[in-house]
Amino acid sequence: MPFLPHTLEEEQAMLKDMGICTIEELFRDIPEQLRLKRKLNLPKGLSEKAAWDEVERLAHRNKDIGQYLCFRGAGAYEHYQPKAVKHILSRSEFYTAYTPYQPEVSQGTLQAIFEYQTCICELTGMDVANASHYDGATALAEAALMAIQISRRKKLVISSLVHPEYRETLHTYLSRRGIEIIMLPSENGLTAVAELEKVLTTEVAAVIVQNPNFLGSIENLAFFAQKIHEKGGLLIACVDPVSLGVLASPGECGADIAVGEGQSLGLPLSLGGPYLGFMACKEKYVRRMPGRIVGKTVDRLGREGFVLTLQAREQHIRRDKAGSNICSNQALCALAATIYLALLGPRGLREVGKQCMEKSHYASELLVQLPGISLAFTAPFFQEFVVKTQESAVSINQRLWEAGILGGLDLGRYYPELKNHLLFCVTEMRTKEEIERLVEVIGG
Amino acid sequence: MNYQYPDNLKYTEDHEWILEKEGKGIVGITDYAQHSLGDIVFVELPEPGQKVKIGDSLGVVESVKAVSEIYAPCSGTVRAVNENLLADPALLNDEPYAAGWIAEIEIEELSDKLLTAKEYKFLILEKAEEG
Repeated sequence: MPFLPHTLEEEQAMLKDMGICTIEELFRDIPEQLRLKRKLNLPKGLSEKAAWDEVERLAHRNKDIGQYLCFRGAGAYEHYQPKAVKHILSRSEFYTAYTPYQPEVSQGTLQAIFEYQTCICELTGMDVANASHYDGATALAEAALMAIQISRRKKLVISSLVHPEYRETLHTYLSRRGIEIIMLPSENGLTAVAELEKVLTTEVAAVIVQNPNFLGSIENLAFFAQKIHEKGGLLIACVDPVSLGVLASPGECGADIAVGEGQSLGLPLSLGGPYLGFMACKEKYVRRMPGRIVGKTVDRLGREGFVLTLQAREQHIRRDKAGSNICSNQALCALAATIYLALLGPRGLREVGKQCMEKSHYASELLVQLPGISLAFTAPFFQEFVVKTQESAVSINQRLWEAGILGGLDLGRYYPELKNHLLFCVTEMRTKEEIERLVEVIGG
Repeated sequence: MNYQYPDNLKYTEDHEWILEKEGKGIVGITDYAQHSLGDIVFVELPEPGQKVKIGDSLGVVESVKAVSEIYAPCSGTVRAVNENLLADPALLNDEPYAAGWIAEIEIEELSDKLLTAKEYKFLILEKAEEG
């Protein structure tokens, strides 16, 4: 059965109208060598039951953290998700609601986004936040575009200890815009500040630093802010929101734009998505901020209400002159983060941060007592740390996997100079016994 | 609608005006433009010292529901910008030809498509009939 309902006659009529003879001619812009010149190699159709069984079988080949003890982070973190998060999230008023174009019928959704923005502002110490991005990587790339537009400059300085995949996303966003990206090397697990002085000029739009950085170490954000401000540029800080329970906020450190991945705020790992990018900035830059913003206002009778505001920045009004192409947000994930933050409160978040810090330090102290394992850097860290191993990282992780443990990230994959270095993550989820079990298996 | 079209100004089809005096030109948007946009809430100004060509964007005027570019009616160098607009964008609505001026440009070359007040008024009346 053909999937498309067109008859042969209709197809011929359309082709004739376009002045071509075959459907194949529609693809002439695709280079010959890239075209698939055979039918797709697909199995025969299945009954519903058989198809369901097959999909289940495939799904079971995935391993998730329900089955393995997780000591890996590197951008996606296992934190506890209070049961109320999922419960409130799955209410149909939120779950099935369409995008809130009409404020008259979308007050609940709009208020939820407004509360989310307020939480993000409080957490990051910034003035204004938008309604969210798809993930941390795209939020970072959008922040870079924003800084380029604000400063009207064409150079960016980025730490090599920003998540490698975020840097790739940034490159994808900027590579055709004539922007020069200067990378700062690292030293002892931190961004090399000595190099910063050499590359900072009045042509640099922004410095981009991640905190804690990809290796888990805590950067001196305030120093970066001071240095780039002296040259009239901006500081973009990419931060782990959970770390803000215990670390100084980007706002306190002088950052101009704060972005990050919000998955750790009550969202499951979900094998990689959907995640939540957040962005907040100083008020003077709000008109350059991409994405939707919900504002609180009053109606003609003076009653409180919520609307999408400052829409003239966005592409449905500003068209090709818009600073960004994002015209949606991650409403449900943002809601999950809001519920999570509301449930924990400032004290709860501080407790989570404290436990992550204490447990990861406990794990690192035990690990370095093993022969052939040492802490790679002396910089202070939050919940992730790097150990250097004599045994190959691959073989350690293999042994852990067989024992039901997802080990640290083999850093050689992203940083060739860090071959046989493992990046471990210990969140509040891990118990003392679990940490000791990790050390025991690594010890062999 | 009765818009104002001061005789001493030159106009563009994109609804900017320029007041030329001793090699310098003060640029703004017309009474018709401010009225069409509605309440103006934000203005983005060029940078002093910035070089512009005829038709380049000098900045952006944003109202509650629309955004409009301001195009340079001449080439040259931006010498001054009206920073009062940043704090009080409504000046553009209240006095488009006076306190609502946008930038002063040291003129290299004027656009050869500028209109007189009479010609510009005719253009607007034609628009009104079409509308």
